[in-house]
Amino acid sequence: MESLATAPERVENTDVPLLEMRNITKRFPGVVANDDVSFDLRRGEVHTLLGENGAGKSTLMKILFGLYQPDEGQILLRGNPVEITSPTNAIGMRIGMVHQHFMLVPTLSVAENVALGLKPGWRPSTNLGAVSSRIVEISERYGLAVDPSIEVWKLSVGERQRVEIIKALYRDAELLVLDEPTAVLTPQEVDDLFVILRQMTANGRGLVFISHKLHEVIELSDRITVLRNGRVTGHTVPADADRHQLAQMMVGREVVLAPDKASVEPGDVRLSLRDVKVIGDRGTMAVNGVDLDVRAGEIVGIAGVSGNGQRELAETIAGLRPARRGSVVEIDGVDVTAANSATTRAAGLAYVPEERMKDGAIGEFDVKENLLLINHDDSRFLRSGLFRSERMAEHCHRLVDAFSVKTPSLETPTKSLSGGNIQKLILARELDSSPTVLLAAQPTRGVDIGAAEYIHSQLLAQRADGVAILMISEDLDEILALADRIAVMYEGKVVSVLDRPSATREGLGLAMAGATVGEADSFVADSPIADSPVHDSDGPDSDGPESAVADSEVTDAS
Amino acid sequence: MRDLFTLSVLVSTVAAGIRLATPYLLAALGETIGQRSGVLNLGVDGVMLLSAFGSYYVVLRTENLWYGFLAGAVIGLLMGVVYGVITVVFEAEQGISGIGIFLFGLGFSDLLFEELVGTPTPLKVRLEEVAIPGLGSIPYVGDAIFQHNPLTYLAFALVPIVTLVLFKTTFGMNVRAVGENPQAADSLGVSVAGVRFIAILIGNTMAGLAGMALSLGLGIFQPNLTQGLGFIAVALVYFGAWRSRGVMVGALLYGIVASLVLQLKTRGIIPLEASDLGAMAPAVLTIVALVVLARRIEAPAALARPFSRH
Repeated sequence: MESLATAPERVENTDVPLLEMRNITKRFPGVVANDDVSFDLRRGEVHTLLGENGAGKSTLMKILFGLYQPDEGQILLRGNPVEITSPTNAIGMRIGMVHQHFMLVPTLSVAENVALGLKPGWRPSTNLGAVSSRIVEISERYGLAVDPSIEVWKLSVGERQRVEIIKALYRDAELLVLDEPTAVLTPQEVDDLFVILRQMTANGRGLVFISHKLHEVIELSDRITVLRNGRVTGHTVPADADRHQLAQMMVGREVVLAPDKASVEPGDVRLSLRDVKVIGDRGTMAVNGVDLDVRAGEIVGIAGVSGNGQRELAETIAGLRPARRGSVVEIDGVDVTAANSATTRAAGLAYVPEERMKDGAIGEFDVKENLLLINHDDSRFLRSGLFRSERMAEHCHRLVDAFSVKTPSLETPTKSLSGGNIQKLILARELDSSPTVLLAAQPTRGVDIGAAEYIHSQLLAQRADGVAILMISEDLDEILALADRIAVMYEGKVVSVLDRPSATREGLGLAMAGATVGEADSFVADSPIADSPVHDSDGPDSDGPESAVADSEVTDAS
Repeated sequence: MRDLFTLSVLVSTVAAGIRLATPYLLAALGETIGQRSGVLNLGVDGVMLLSAFGSYYVVLRTENLWYGFLAGAVIGLLMGVVYGVITVVFEAEQGISGIGIFLFGLGFSDLLFEELVGTPTPLKVRLEEVAIPGLGSIPYVGDAIFQHNPLTYLAFALVPIVTLVLFKTTFGMNVRAVGENPQAADSLGVSVAGVRFIAILIGNTMAGLAGMALSLGLGIFQPNLTQGLGFIAVALVYFGAWRSRGVMVGALLYGIVASLVLQLKTRGIIPLEASDLGAMAPAVLTIVALVVLARRIEAPAALARPFSRH
């Protein structure tokens, strides 16, 4: 174990911050991504950059990694002014980056991925054997178990992340940026990751942590800098801030982290899945025998690490992917197993797909066209087969107002809206048909807090109206805040179904990692993780166990 | 019909098949390297035509095959520079840029031929078959496999070499990386533009060799000598699932079927009126094989996608 004492060149520099970014400004056409941002990092600490999508965190880090050049400002590394002109340059200065979207080549082996970009000198090939043995060394030292010879596409998400960290450690990065590293991990994998990260700071490395998961930020950070609209809006330390304060600093106003849930008595079964089996894109059984009922006025949350069959299940319910013989999907008593999407919609399904720009909306189409995607052939919009544009416009104005979609006009190309507004647009279109079943996949992924708040309130309103809602989400906080019952998917099966009161983050995390129902249930007795509303609610239903738990329990849970 | 199955006919069919396969193989191996780096080049046929004419014209004037060889390779290389500038530097859409290169090559080679030569004149020297010492005298096998011109040997020698380069060298690893996930390669300091540019240069130079193999092998040039051969070569890359051995199998299949059809025609088994239909056979066979064997899932993930950081 190296320590500061045995590394003299570090001792003499300990007073100088590892990194100082001074008054960085970066403009893109029409937007100032970073406006006079200053940020610093000391050795041995975790400094968190907190902010919503578009707040400027990624731009700042891309500047640090040499992918963008700042328009104004200065970067000092170990006290010396530097210009970082390219990733190669950054790596040479011992800056490492674990990108949010893994920067791995799936068809190459772990060793090849690590070796990419290394200069082999005069030799025509990199010595992969030597690379592999160093990988083994690093992985043993930091507990990053991974086989160097395996191809990356065969690895789990957690393992891929370890490869990313190994890539940085292999290049002896002293300064490591982690861009939303926990987004795709189970709670246990997050715990493992944090152990590794703490070991890295103990070795004198400095970490920049980017996340919007507030309890993780509080758990891991030494210091927190908040960005909003490209500007630094605050500094704090975990001891002085709770989740609500952090959320407010991010958004700049009062935030409801967990909406109030009215008590609704569930009604009849509206969506019924029996032994649903689906073949995935790789030809394997992506969904392998799922049984699930969703009743009117109930939100069933499907939790799980992505890639465990959730997407295929959603597509099958929506009539976009055929199920194997023997599967049964019923909407409101109507068998729609073999139906196409038009028939499932006619049976009462509304569908908010996981990839909103791929399956939910057409980016090049304008707002009006996207709002009318599913009902432009409705007779009220047609006269002799031609569109009645004034009626369409009227209809769209009503939807845009009702769902507060912020758009300059109905003719604005949809792709120029923010993620949150696109999601609201899709929700407006889908809920306008008064569905009996709502299937919402990752409803707030990549959406700003304000829009997420709004979408959650809409889901709860639909629940109060007696809609049966199946919500698929990787975000455990979202599941815990909204769901009445929680089903965990693992390798194509529902491995555990829990009522919300008996669900814990730990128990769900274990089930997501493939633990059997019994093992997961043994964690039920642990403290229930809850999300308390920020503002005092006036309804009588808010005094459940969810709202009674103080915020500190979240931080103490680890 | 019976004399079709004599040994000597079989030997000459296989020999001609291997000879016919040569330009396909050279062009397709080059295109394999390009596509592995994520660059689709539909202009192969145009590059082949320019090199075919260039090497033909140089040999016609100098009667020196080495100068012709040089001309064919250099023209391929230069077209590679042009295509690299278009697709890598200016990040142009590759499908349409390739079609542009093809049309340029088709028209310009035709123009140069009409201006500089006029009527098809056979070369006094052309690529001669060379028997490989020892192996060439093996009965039948020697005649079929070891009696070819040097470019044929080169083409088949390049099959294992391309595999070696792609899978055992740093350059090959970089090529595969920028073809699958250029962002990842970029984040580790691999120059995506540089790797792709070099891959394009190699691919186009090999397309140049392929054109030269055609004109110097036949000892003649005429407008549109390739007749779409370069497009088949692109298809063979898909057929071979981006592996040089698969590409070789495809090129051989194409060459041998073509030579078989030739035999059937000369022996009158296919009526002369239907000979154009017979000429379609290799193409039809390739399309059928492509449909049946298509393993699109193995295509480089970033194929035909220009790379840009923003």
